[in-house]
Amino acid sequence: MAFSASPTAEQIAQGIRQRVLAHVLANNGGYLSQACSSAELLASLYGNVLNLASTDGPLHPADFDAVPGPEAPRISGGIFHGEPGPDLDRLIISPAHYALVVYAALIEARRLDEAALDQFNKDGSTVEMIGAEHSPGFETTTGSLAQALSTAGGIALGRRLKGETGRTFVFMSDGEFQEGQTWEAIQALAFYGLDSVRVVVDVNRAQCDGPMDSVMNIEPLATKIKAFGASADSVDGHNIAALTHALERPTGRPHFVLAYTDPVRGVPLMNERRPVLHYLRFTGHDERAKYEEFYEALVSTESVSSSGGQA
Amino acid sequence: MSTRSNIEIVTRPHVDNFINWSADKPEVLVLSADLTNSCEVGKWRDTYPDRFFSMGMAEQNMLSFAAGLAREGFEPWLHTFAVFLYRRPLDQLQMSVAYPNLKVRLVGFLPGITTPGGVTHQAIDDVAVMRTIPNMTIVETGDATEVESVVDVAHAVDGPVYVRMLRGEVPRLFPADEPMQFNRARVLSLGGDALDAPAELVVLTSGILTEEALRAIPALRSAGVSVSHLHVSTLKPFTDPTIVTALRSATAGVITMENHLTTGGLGSAVAEVMAENSIATPLHRMGLRDTYAHGASQPYLLAEYHLDALSLVRVAENVLDRPLGVSASDLTKVRVAATHSNAKVEAL
Repeated sequence: MAFSASPTAEQIAQGIRQRVLAHVLANNGGYLSQACSSAELLASLYGNVLNLASTDGPLHPADFDAVPGPEAPRISGGIFHGEPGPDLDRLIISPAHYALVVYAALIEARRLDEAALDQFNKDGSTVEMIGAEHSPGFETTTGSLAQALSTAGGIALGRRLKGETGRTFVFMSDGEFQEGQTWEAIQALAFYGLDSVRVVVDVNRAQCDGPMDSVMNIEPLATKIKAFGASADSVDGHNIAALTHALERPTGRPHFVLAYTDPVRGVPLMNERRPVLHYLRFTGHDERAKYEEFYEALVSTESVSSSGGQA
Repeated sequence: MSTRSNIEIVTRPHVDNFINWSADKPEVLVLSADLTNSCEVGKWRDTYPDRFFSMGMAEQNMLSFAAGLAREGFEPWLHTFAVFLYRRPLDQLQMSVAYPNLKVRLVGFLPGITTPGGVTHQAIDDVAVMRTIPNMTIVETGDATEVESVVDVAHAVDGPVYVRMLRGEVPRLFPADEPMQFNRARVLSLGGDALDAPAELVVLTSGILTEEALRAIPALRSAGVSVSHLHVSTLKPFTDPTIVTALRSATAGVITMENHLTTGGLGSAVAEVMAENSIATPLHRMGLRDTYAHGASQPYLLAEYHLDALSLVRVAENVLDRPLGVSASDLTKVRVAATHSNAKVEAL
């Protein structure tokens, strides 16, 4: 796909969905519904909201070297967010199983070499299926869910102690609000008035076992978050303008943008797989052929469309 | 021939020592989980209010929050009861702190049976759990000198450190000018004229049980036993050549004494070293043997679980296979440490 000088958030979102679908087809499976739900959310962050230093073009991911230890310094996937600075933003990614979507977003934002996806889930690669702190876009190791918000709180507090003014964004999934640690973190963020922490949540109401309302209810989420002392905006998670506005809106409190999303957005074929959408593994040749056909149509539509917006 | 102990008792050695030590280290922060005075950092909080962060009774968040602070270049020193550092938030400890090898200091109070707080407050498996965590360093304090010097040992480690900490009335067993040395045992007595000279018994002790052993060793020597006694403060890594040399010198047996389960702690570490170095000597591990403890005073629990000085004599007799004629009256007197000492802010 030919980019203009700087991709719009709309282009990033469309590119994420298309790229992840292509990858899932090529690999006979993957986390597709997460791309459908969070494409606009990550696109709003990378395209409109985050104040990050640029990278020296799309970077190629390093091979995996060693786990951190006394003899092995930590390698941070944060380098794909550019050199950190006191007035710059940070993005901490919590749901590590969104890694493929994050990599796709980084490629669309021209921070990651598109050949990186050839390394996805390959032995010896940092482009892991469940991202860890050496993986592109990841600063922390958060595959055990609900720890990133607390760590981001510590990062934000540390930055405040150093006089830094940049914001610390966190990308979360809604299932993490079933974990007690998330609520411990919110109460601490509110207690210390860490209004530099801004969280965007993919409220796709789908989790590993199926629809969230059959697994464990988390609603009313905004009411609960506000009761814990943070601010919360509920928005259409596919509306880039609304997402951007809510993410930028100063509230004087730790701020949560609850992006209500559709886990099959842009790939209505997946409706046939309800209620379990967490991971797409083709059941056979016929199903795969349907997705291939859909992808071909999507790409040809994209080639004659100038914007690629979904809504 | 009972000997009167002349051991100095230091009241709350951590309080002022940690304040003075922190003065020129602005990166040092303290995080606490509602046990601030109980962990002897109330005065620290009042001295450095901008560097103290109350995290409430929310340890999972505290561990991951500390990781974030460490990633920004700070050195968080978490003060709470040991059980609340490794049992409740173990996943956070492993994934947020240990995997990235962050300089987080975990200061765990109430190790083993030092508290009448009962099973919920007694960290009896902490060393075993922590020894399985890559990147983790484990040190244990056995007296006031070590409480004072463990801060330097921990500070120098490039990675997470777990400290088994003592509080309240703490004996000074070792000279104040002989600080804890990382990964180096203290040789407290020799069975021969050198560490590698044959000794019938080699006794390795850690934490509060070193004081118990010190009560029994003179009586053993008087009974004609050649015994070497080492105090171990670094439990991970466990690569001290001093220990290997001492273990090789044992002719009748090796005895370990720890305020912990016999599985996974000092005794297990010694067994591993003996096996890996082909040291074919009987090993007797003194500690809690596959049991939880309960709420009672330290002397009571030490006797109940056969961890006191007299128990060491009985084990020595067993290992040597001869009666030593030592009775309780032959042991160095126990210091009087009140269970409900005013040196503690609560009865725990």
